[in-house]
Amino acid sequence: MTAEESATTGADLLVKALIDEEVEVVFGYPGGAVLPIYDSLFKQNRLRHILVRHEQAAVHAAEGYARSTGKVGVVLVTSGPGATNAVTGLTDALMDSVPVVCLTGQVPTHLIGNDAFQEADTTGITRPCTKHNYLVKSVGDLARIVHEAFYVARSGRPGPVVIDLPKDVLMNKHDYVAPKKPVQHKSYRPQVKPEAKKVEQAIALIAGAKRPVFYCGGGVVNSGPKASRLLTQLVRLTGYPITNTLMGLGTFPASDKQFLGMLGMHGTYEANLAMYHCDVLINIGARFDDRITGKLAEFSPKSKKIHVDIDPSSINKNVHVDLPIVGDAGHVLEDMIRVWKAKQPRVDHKALKAWWAEIDKWRARNCLAYKTDNETIKPQYALERLYHHIKDRDHYITTEVGQHQMWAAQFLKFEQPNRWMTSGGLGTMGYGFPAAMGVQIAHPDALVIDVAGEASIMMNIQELSTVAQYRLPVKIFILNNQYMGMVRQWQELLHGGRYSESYMESLPDFVKLAEAFGAVGLRCHEPAKLDDTIKEMIAIRKPVIADILVDKAENCFPMIPSGAAHYDMLLGPDDRAAKPVSEEGMVLV
Amino acid sequence: MSVPQTISSHTISVLVDNEPGILARVVGLFSGRGYNIESLTVAETDAKENLSRITIVTAGTPMVIEQIKAQLDRLVPVHKVRDLTVEGPHIERELALVKVKGTGDKRVEALRLADVFRAKVIDAKRDSFVFEVTGASDKVQTFIGLMEGLGLVDVGRTGIVAMSRGGEPL
Repeated sequence: MTAEESATTGADLLVKALIDEEVEVVFGYPGGAVLPIYDSLFKQNRLRHILVRHEQAAVHAAEGYARSTGKVGVVLVTSGPGATNAVTGLTDALMDSVPVVCLTGQVPTHLIGNDAFQEADTTGITRPCTKHNYLVKSVGDLARIVHEAFYVARSGRPGPVVIDLPKDVLMNKHDYVAPKKPVQHKSYRPQVKPEAKKVEQAIALIAGAKRPVFYCGGGVVNSGPKASRLLTQLVRLTGYPITNTLMGLGTFPASDKQFLGMLGMHGTYEANLAMYHCDVLINIGARFDDRITGKLAEFSPKSKKIHVDIDPSSINKNVHVDLPIVGDAGHVLEDMIRVWKAKQPRVDHKALKAWWAEIDKWRARNCLAYKTDNETIKPQYALERLYHHIKDRDHYITTEVGQHQMWAAQFLKFEQPNRWMTSGGLGTMGYGFPAAMGVQIAHPDALVIDVAGEASIMMNIQELSTVAQYRLPVKIFILNNQYMGMVRQWQELLHGGRYSESYMESLPDFVKLAEAFGAVGLRCHEPAKLDDTIKEMIAIRKPVIADILVDKAENCFPMIPSGAAHYDMLLGPDDRAAKPVSEEGMVLV
Repeated sequence: MSVPQTISSHTISVLVDNEPGILARVVGLFSGRGYNIESLTVAETDAKENLSRITIVTAGTPMVIEQIKAQLDRLVPVHKVRDLTVEGPHIERELALVKVKGTGDKRVEALRLADVFRAKVIDAKRDSFVFEVTGASDKVQTFIGLMEGLGLVDVGRTGIVAMSRGGEPL
């Protein structure tokens, strides 16, 4: 065989490289520049391609796939509009540290810079919204770049990586280069193992605490399921309270009595007050986001802070910490447990008992309570009933963005990691439905539910066609209040109730809409019939839209108004008049 | 815990892969996150390893400077980030080309001052000079200031390049 014969085209090389990276599914949409890749996909049956209806949905689907499996999600889109449509998804993946490799088509190298048809400066556009990106200029570099891209996407703090592929590179021929294991990148080597001395210092600080709290986030999820088991073990060893961020839900079992619920803007009273009054704050894999800290000057003012993060740039970014530990959450937790067991530190049980007594007093406020109603369905009630019917099943939840998302975080309980997929950092309406498709592809037999609002779901509603094509039995549970609920809530609180453009006019008939796509549509507006609707939705082995008509005026509480401190929470509608939002709070989002 | 809020200037050396887009990555990071760039120089320094060295002078509070360094270090093609300002004594140099047009006394005075500043004449016409002046930024600035009254018409500056003192590499 001559060298000429053994060589393969760039497109075939790419597919081979993806298979070597153990890719099983690609979410994509074809177009002129990527036709050679689609031709290569056609000629093989190892890689499954899922045809979405919009490139943004391809990225969200890959995110859902990645977050529910821990694997890298893969996206394939064409040049120009294909790539620009993917930008929101890439930004979402960057903000929430989701490993995604996005292959974008590009015009042939000799046309780059000529304003050619469907040309966009993809590497330029995606530079700030990816962890890294590549423009492949020669087919000889292709396989190496693909392997490097997967390494970059999944290691350290995970994130999206774009590989821009000019059409001529896909058609030129070259020999294949298999991935080198283990990968040794020449400049990118994230620190995963913590410094032993710092772990010992952390244990000393933790053991000496009188009013401690664990504050844990998505970094624990990203480290893999073992990290969540280790976290649970450490928290139980210490007997200390723990709160999770939106991204961290599931890393510690929600049913455990040491769990205080989610913290932050719509977090629980007990979690936020524990953050404010604690003397030692143990942050593992969270990033002191502004939704968590509230007013920075009054954020946890009395505590010594330990911050475990794999990304050194997260440390001391918003909040100055006393003991930074750079490393992977799983490795750090493993070391912490070992040191704890070796030292058998004596915890101040008396102080801890007093601390728990205080926390129990805050818990007794029952901050998630809401007024029930026999006439209209309260959104909180809908989620409580949903949880009741799914809790003993193998289930995954995704959400869109808004009030329903916060209620889902408050009222659904997560016992394991990788079961909760939501857009935290970017807050992308339209995330949940395509993400649910990605989850369902990865877990064909599981119950996958997108908790949605009627406004968010409209942003990627075209994917009904995708779920119909692949017979994905995704359930869309719409809490329909006919408003962009969170926008309306802020307008009520901050803008004198002037509901500018937040009413959803001309909504479709969701039941008929579902039917038009070959899915099943259900509707419910009576509390008495809610259970039956939910049961029916779960029983149907097809995609379902359950349009739950809920109270239009309900607001999401508790709430820390923007610019306020943790102790300054609104616990319900009656609290509002007493605490007007400050001028400086108004400018914050 | 209180953190000092004073703003100070730092000179940071960054060793990067010499590849297309690397400068856009670094500059985009600064503009995207709202950091200052007071001076920026970049050129290939190791052809064999295909490495470039970027020298950035930036200003910020200690917390912001730490952020800048961590953010730079996070870029995949970045090999090394060193804050020369905090890592011990270092030297900084800048080069400027200064064009001065004039005749008579002003021309003689410009030439005399150039001599004082050890600036070289690298182009001369009967009514103009181009000087090359090298040194710390304030020296370069002072020289340019003096030329303003003597027919200054054009200035080009390289920005700062810097290096630690002693025998250690970056």
